[in-house]
Amino acid sequence: MDLATFAVQLLNGVQYGLVLFLVASGLTLVFGILGVINLAHGAFYMLGAYVAYWLTLKTGSFLIALAGGVAIAFVTGLLLESAFIRRLYGRDHLAQVLLSYGLILVLDEVRHILFGKDVHSVAPPEFLRGSFKLTEVLSYQNYRLAICLFCLIVAALIFLVIAKTKVGMIVRAAAENRDMTRALGVRSDHVNRMVFAAGIALAALGGIVVAPLSTVYPGMGDQMLILSFVVVVLGGIGSITGAAVGALIIGLTDTFGQVLFPAVASISIYVVMAAVLLWRPHGILGARDV
Amino acid sequence: MTTFRGLTSTRRDLLKGAAAASLAGAFPMPAIAQGAPLKVGLMLPYTGTFAKLGKFIDDGFRLKVEQLGGKLGGRTIEYVQVDDESEPGKATDNMNRLVGRDKVDVVVGTVHSGVAMAMAKVAKDTNTMLVVPNAGANDVTRAMCAPNIWRTSFTNWQPCFPMGKVMYDAGHRNIMTITWRYAAGLEDVEAIKESFVKLGGKITEELYLPFPQVEFQALITQIAQKKPDAVFAFFAGGGAVKFVKDYAAAGLRTSIPLYGPGFLTDGTLPAQGADAEGIKTTLHYADDLDNPANKAFLAAFKQKTGQEGDVYAVQGFDAAALLGIGLDATKGDFTAKPAMYAAMEAAKIDSPRGPISFTKAHNVVQNIYLREAKGGLNRYVSVAHANLADPALGCRAQS
Repeated sequence: MDLATFAVQLLNGVQYGLVLFLVASGLTLVFGILGVINLAHGAFYMLGAYVAYWLTLKTGSFLIALAGGVAIAFVTGLLLESAFIRRLYGRDHLAQVLLSYGLILVLDEVRHILFGKDVHSVAPPEFLRGSFKLTEVLSYQNYRLAICLFCLIVAALIFLVIAKTKVGMIVRAAAENRDMTRALGVRSDHVNRMVFAAGIALAALGGIVVAPLSTVYPGMGDQMLILSFVVVVLGGIGSITGAAVGALIIGLTDTFGQVLFPAVASISIYVVMAAVLLWRPHGILGARDV
Repeated sequence: MTTFRGLTSTRRDLLKGAAAASLAGAFPMPAIAQGAPLKVGLMLPYTGTFAKLGKFIDDGFRLKVEQLGGKLGGRTIEYVQVDDESEPGKATDNMNRLVGRDKVDVVVGTVHSGVAMAMAKVAKDTNTMLVVPNAGANDVTRAMCAPNIWRTSFTNWQPCFPMGKVMYDAGHRNIMTITWRYAAGLEDVEAIKESFVKLGGKITEELYLPFPQVEFQALITQIAQKKPDAVFAFFAGGGAVKFVKDYAAAGLRTSIPLYGPGFLTDGTLPAQGADAEGIKTTLHYADDLDNPANKAFLAAFKQKTGQEGDVYAVQGFDAAALLGIGLDATKGDFTAKPAMYAAMEAAKIDSPRGPISFTKAHNVVQNIYLREAKGGLNRYVSVAHANLADPALGCRAQS
């Protein structure tokens, strides 16, 4: 592999990792702070993509779809938390898995009723169409580059909120020790509701920004769910920084795994995960048991 | 009181009735069995990724039955539908339920190759008749072949084998292949390799992704770096849409031509849009096949469902046609299997896809067409291989 190709593959890996981070960050928030295993995370990713498709079709503007999709997901998250998720705090994982698996089935049926079973594609916003030359034969979509920037901005915002704001302080405290935070008088139910809704919104946001790249199809969330769990476990449950590191590792491993070790590409990320967990059983930046 | 008198029956009446009933049970009359509806089990994906394919096969089958007057061989049809969810793990149970509990005469299914293999196994063990209207796993009519197992769709080998000659004749000598690492992908690459290498071409590299991953960027970069004359790709459904779009976005569509079996662009053109323009594929059907049977079929399908018929609907349509021929030969007697199978082996059907017949291994013999994606349709270009029969390696010759 010459240097130019290596650079392009590096870019591919980082871009894939950034998208993974966007989706996994929501999962690690919900998992780490609320202690809830949300198997429906991937279903919200899929629903985000479908809503993006639908809103783009209706309004003709991807940016409206972006804002609308995130808003819809956030409100849905608030409602779901009040109706179902709040009953799960502190319950064993089986109850959580059952409920969120049920949610997958319901969301999938909702998708079927609203949008049907067809595969769709979404046009990126006008000013990001087109591409530029990377090498003599290979072009790179402007939109792909824009996604990288967008993911970096969202990541920076998440870090800012968590590191610098009062809400962030509560979130960090709750991730560290949920019961103690509650004992100190923090109104946990309000924070919980916001955190869950934010997690769902991040999953949908991931689906929305990926839609123009990845095409929109039933079942697109399944694989993303598994990858998100790998990222979260690898990085350390509840740690946003960990999710970022984990996502980049998975993105690069998958990209270079396919190029350098094609025969074992399907297991490369799991081998890396197993190795890291042997070295650090709590994940790279995790404090709690997996 | 009077109102009740008419309804009360004496014990004597009851005994008489019971005796009559048991007598009727003891001496069933053959004529009744012949007149009873034929039970057809439709085991197809009605939900999930392949739901649309399953529905079209179902619609196609019922359309043909309706055209035959709602009967096959003079017998009315009773359908038993089972959603196989494209889930190989549930296939054996679903199939056993159809055969054991519902006592269907024949099973029609399915789309997913893994599910179809499990169904073929049960069909073979229980000697239940099975007609496969899509799944292409070579082995169903090769190693697993049996007198009671039929296929009206294709083997994975069939649409891909002619592609070697198509690509060679287009002047390509060094090509790369890319597909998912799973049974269908491997069988497809094997088939094109067989014909392309024999002609003197070279496959410089075979690229594989884990199924069903759709992150193609790393391998597309590799294609751009190696610059082959052309690329042979097999993906289906959402993966096909994304691959074709990613390939075009990487600027390779015009510099390194893309070829593949028809599934790369079938049923996915609306989502692929202009990015699929000019992609040449081989399949046993084309949207604009110019023959009377196809025109009549498309019109009838549109009238029945309001949708445009496609290759899947044709495969379901022909499954019913094949069954009809078998049952006509025995006048609806499903127990005369040898006579029925003999008639089906001799069948010549004027299908919407062109003339079809069947091999001793019970796989369909058909034309493979070269098509080009143009303006949202897979348009007919030429016959890539006329009357192509699967070699049926590993199927012991049948009577």
